[in-house]
Amino acid sequence: MMATREAVAGVVFDVQPERRRLKGQIFLWACFAATCVAVVLLAVLLVDILRQGATRLSVDFLNSYPSRFPERAGIKSALFGTMWTVAFTGLISFPLGVGAAIYLEEYAPRNWLTRVLETNIANLAGVPSIVYGVLGLAVFVRAMSLGRSVLAGAATLALLILPIVIISSQEAIRAVPPSIREAGYGVGATKWQTLQHLVLPIAFPGVLTGMILALSRAIGETAPLIMIGALTFIAFTPNTPLDEFTVLPIQIFNWTARPQAGFHELAAAGIIVLLVALLSMNALAIILRNRLRKEI
Amino acid sequence: MGKLDLPAFEGTEEPRHIMVHDDPVLETRDLDIYYGSTRAIHSISITVPRKRITALIGPSGSGKSTVLRAFNRMNDVIPIAWCKGAVLFNGEDIYAPEVDAVEVRRRIGMVFQKPNPFPKSNFDNVAFGLRVNRYAGDIAERVEEALRRAALWDEIKDRLKDSALGLSGGQQQRLCIARALAVEPDVILMDEPASALDPIATGRIEELMQELKENYTIVIVTHNMQQAARVADFTAFMNLGQLIEYGETQKIFTGPDDQRTEAYITGRFG
Amino acid sequence: MADAATSSAVAQTGRHTLALSAARRWKERGVRSALFACGAVSILTTVGIVLVLLWESVGFFREVSAWEFFTGTKWTPLFKPQNFGVLPLVAGSLLVAVGASIIALPVGLASAIYLAEYAPSRARKILKPILEILAGIPTVVYGYFALTFITPLIRQIFPGTGVFNAASAAIVVGVMIVPMVASLSEDALHAVPRSLREASYGLGATKFETVTRVVVPAALSGIVASFILAISRAIGETMAVTLAAGATPKLTFNPLESIQTMTAYVVQVSLGDTPFGTIEYRTIFAVGLLLFIITLSMNIASRFILRRFREVYE
Repeated sequence: MMATREAVAGVVFDVQPERRRLKGQIFLWACFAATCVAVVLLAVLLVDILRQGATRLSVDFLNSYPSRFPERAGIKSALFGTMWTVAFTGLISFPLGVGAAIYLEEYAPRNWLTRVLETNIANLAGVPSIVYGVLGLAVFVRAMSLGRSVLAGAATLALLILPIVIISSQEAIRAVPPSIREAGYGVGATKWQTLQHLVLPIAFPGVLTGMILALSRAIGETAPLIMIGALTFIAFTPNTPLDEFTVLPIQIFNWTARPQAGFHELAAAGIIVLLVALLSMNALAIILRNRLRKEI
Repeated sequence: MGKLDLPAFEGTEEPRHIMVHDDPVLETRDLDIYYGSTRAIHSISITVPRKRITALIGPSGSGKSTVLRAFNRMNDVIPIAWCKGAVLFNGEDIYAPEVDAVEVRRRIGMVFQKPNPFPKSNFDNVAFGLRVNRYAGDIAERVEEALRRAALWDEIKDRLKDSALGLSGGQQQRLCIARALAVEPDVILMDEPASALDPIATGRIEELMQELKENYTIVIVTHNMQQAARVADFTAFMNLGQLIEYGETQKIFTGPDDQRTEAYITGRFG
Repeated sequence: MADAATSSAVAQTGRHTLALSAARRWKERGVRSALFACGAVSILTTVGIVLVLLWESVGFFREVSAWEFFTGTKWTPLFKPQNFGVLPLVAGSLLVAVGASIIALPVGLASAIYLAEYAPSRARKILKPILEILAGIPTVVYGYFALTFITPLIRQIFPGTGVFNAASAAIVVGVMIVPMVASLSEDALHAVPRSLREASYGLGATKFETVTRVVVPAALSGIVASFILAISRAIGETMAVTLAAGATPKLTFNPLESIQTMTAYVVQVSLGDTPFGTIEYRTIFAVGLLLFIITLSMNIASRFILRRFREVYE
């Protein structure tokens, strides 16, 4: 049935089905290979880091302070600094971000001001993290005289992740069906009462998941904290939010930048700790989302 | 709009009231079409005569579009759709393993319910099929001829380079017809081609169908009975995935054999 | 009848019985204002960024001419003699961004095409999360990978390459932005309606022809927008380039040389002991302002393209 050249009522097509099919196959494989490039590189990266860093992982590593001698160095200060920083970043960005999201979804009129607000948030999401660092340096470290403290770092990171928190919270609130709100109004509840008792509890899992994902972004940030002066050789853990501090990514950065090979292994070990923390946070977010969603 | 409350066709009776044509251009033999494990089309055997207009009518969900799409293997695009039985084009089974669906679709063209021109120029829309099938002649000439046959040339001959999305609904549909005509198919399948158009545009499409049947076989699915009565030479009535009756349009609409057909025609359901 | 009852009740209590109590009304207004204030923080952030950058930059440009800054080809603010031509930094950022794009744009688009058009659902379920993981890895990890794995590899293939080189950074930044290109392009491809694909198949086109001649052109505005966003991200990248690309501002197009990007320079100055209020300190803000303007323009351009050229299928 399928001739390569067909003359139908004087119309000639050089259909070439085999050649066209072959082209399609090659293209498919090329696209598949491209997708695998990312997978392969991820695997290589992880294997390499595991190989380099696994030897250094130990309880001592987690419990020691950095040192000039690679054998004795550990990430205790960085680990605690990270925990302090992430905690305060969450404390600052959660109310601000969720509040802004509630405003935009529930209260804001559909006018130009609201559009400016939303465009602005979208723009902020694309600003390089180092610019936030510059902002934090000038405003929190200098103008508000917070110095090189956990609080200054947390405030800077909070601003950095605020667009993420807002946008993901907006989506969670938007996903609540309008019928719930109408039910609330129908029994005479005010807007805030409806939100507080009906809408937000339903949106909560989504909001929480978004928050955890935003914090997992914050945990890996280096440049803004370097800008505000988080130091790279700290031999103590913070006791108050106004203390100086360091974080895991900065410690990793510091060790990577040293030419001696011993420090590279330390950096790899630190990366493993950081990635484990990230993986846990993401897993937590997914578990929470699934568990809480089932209860509705 | 309700469903007809008559006993379902068991599949064991002999098909009655089904006309059979000699030398049909398209034919199905005991065609079953499944979506996953659900059987949507039950054992349909139908013959489509050459250079005539054949209409498939029936209520929503009767499977008319599914059968239509089986004729040019368009159901292949849906991953969970599969079929049993034979679909023959000029006597050859188009679902045979060595058959290339791509070539089938060039020879059996399709016009869709909602006009779907590509977001390209009018010219590029009509030329698209020619280019992918490597037409060996003058593309511009062929585009003009296709547009003339679709009764659209005079209206857009000065606007060939403009975007097709700027045309009215009726014009877009005629552009899609021209696009299908350009690759010189033997059969044109039309899935409710005028349902998204206003009455005037619908009238022009129906006129066009009458002109086209001189050179092409046309199979049309329509939920508009009056349309089938107006344009079709032969009409098939389907319900719940089964072929109930098939014969000359005149007979179907004035004196159908099956009471289910009559119930549909007289508007008692559907 | 109802009016008579209502008006007598109003007369009695001095307020409409259907109105909210004053306390509830104030609470509602208070909540609304508080929430608005939360939203306003984002405006304050933008204002803060602009003000801070402009303030110190004004101070900078009082001492350094804009002409020298934008056209000078030597950047040595931390050494004597001081030169303030920013072009080497811009060239460094561009070199890395272009190199990253050469890798990420084709790979990302091809991945998007595979995931959107070809991949069976089982493959998608595995591959999409992997891309998300790739996107979530901190940039300092990519920097480590560049310095300890990629650079030695490059030096084996091209002996004579320095320990710091732009190519190594460009490669990892490219890998870093592949998920972004893939995800946004995939969304654009998904948005193309099925009827266009069916129209193409109906004319006897193969899947390859349909994808390349109908679907991708129809999704072009979204794909281009994703490209621009990815390049902007590459320009703003800091840690990988700081670790791997070097600290030597140089106007060169040779990827095997060490360079310095705008972002890496800002980090370098912060790590040093630069006193506040000096010209060296102000360079942070001048370079920061330039970086901000470049990335902001690209992000706005990307959204503009998306909106303006989005094909309407109605």
